[in-house]
Amino acid sequence: MRLTVNGEQRDLHSPPLTSLLTALREELDITSPKAGCNQGGCGACTVLVDGEARRACLVPLAAIDGASITTVEGLGRADELSPVQAAFDEHYAAQCGFCTSGFVIAATALIDRKPKARREEILEALSGHVCRCTGYIKIVAAVEAAAEGDVHPEQVEPSFEPEEAEVLIPGSPA
Amino acid sequence: MTSTSLEAAQFVVPTSRDEAVQAFGDGSGVTVFAGGTILMPEINYGRLRPAHVLMLGRAGLSGIGHKDGAVTIGAMTTVAELEDAPEPLGSAARNVADHEIRAQATLGGNLCAPSGGGTPRGDLQAALIALAATVRTAGKDGERTAPVEDFLAAGADGRLVLEVELHEPKRSGYAAARRPHAHAYTILAVCAAETSEGVRVGISGAGANALRARHVEDALAGGASAEDAAQKALDDAQPQDDALASAWYRQRLLPVLVRRALDDLGGGK
Repeated sequence: MRLTVNGEQRDLHSPPLTSLLTALREELDITSPKAGCNQGGCGACTVLVDGEARRACLVPLAAIDGASITTVEGLGRADELSPVQAAFDEHYAAQCGFCTSGFVIAATALIDRKPKARREEILEALSGHVCRCTGYIKIVAAVEAAAEGDVHPEQVEPSFEPEEAEVLIPGSPA
Repeated sequence: MTSTSLEAAQFVVPTSRDEAVQAFGDGSGVTVFAGGTILMPEINYGRLRPAHVLMLGRAGLSGIGHKDGAVTIGAMTTVAELEDAPEPLGSAARNVADHEIRAQATLGGNLCAPSGGGTPRGDLQAALIALAATVRTAGKDGERTAPVEDFLAAGADGRLVLEVELHEPKRSGYAAARRPHAHAYTILAVCAAETSEGVRVGISGAGANALRARHVEDALAGGASAEDAAQKALDDAQPQDDALASAWYRQRLLPVLVRRALDDLGGGK
């Protein structure tokens, strides 16, 4: 099984019915897609499969051999955020962060297919994503700003250097 | 459960309809994998360990066509592709979950959906009943076409859904109980359509599969008002308790939704 993940060709050896989510997290150590409900209901695992937002927990490897996958790791870097990432930063649209990857991917896919998405379209597009702390208002404001092009990535201060991040508890979910 | 590890599963990935039919055979021991939105949770949680998997993704079973005034819809057509389908199918499709699920879930999967944890699934079934749709399947005795309510009554075991055929109705109506920002399965939905054989009414959410509200249809055919005909819905369906709603609530909601769907029908379209 071979995938292109964030622009890099990767061979996978997990069984074909393994979910893309499990393969990304446990075989490739790509941990921005979160394992929330594992049944398609929370949106936290959403990634781009050939450019379209999909629940990674509902996609088995067998169905996507040869596909191109983009996760948040492939959208931008800490010093060069994507417009949606920058909008989330500017609008303080994350709190605990567990749902954020899924929202960012869903919003990226929405703006890709509807560059001037209106508020109603944004609400509909994000409606499968559950946030239990920020409360949606700031998330929706961020996506509205991104859709309107009202983002300023150059003003975002990188809040940490990725290479300085350390795993405090080995084996804990990132 | 026929095997115990994900490694043990054997795959067939047909690249044509004929290959899919041949690989399915009589369906014995075959797990049909369409969109995956229902199967993958079962696999993720270890409740299902398929031995023989028929992956339909490349079998060429998707797409909406038109022939002799009929609309044909392939089994692998996604729910998202049905959002603009003839009403009330379009409304039922738009009411399913969220954009990402609709882009993955398929018509065939929805027709074959068993109830999950006691909650009825298969939101599109009521619309197909209202539209007098027929379902073409393959299996032990070859291919056959049956009215959708007969297909649902017999169950999907041993049958591979190939396509659905329906006609644009003269008028249509739709009403559903929806909880905003809670994409559980639909609590209750009612579809109505005026077809060449009169007004037909389908109900999703009041049984393991959607059902046809014949008492309501007969009352309408006999000249009853929408209000009076709607009361007959409780002769057609005996809603159950589940995690989404109580039987008590559904019993009170059902005649209201039937009346709304019939009013919607009366409004024309």
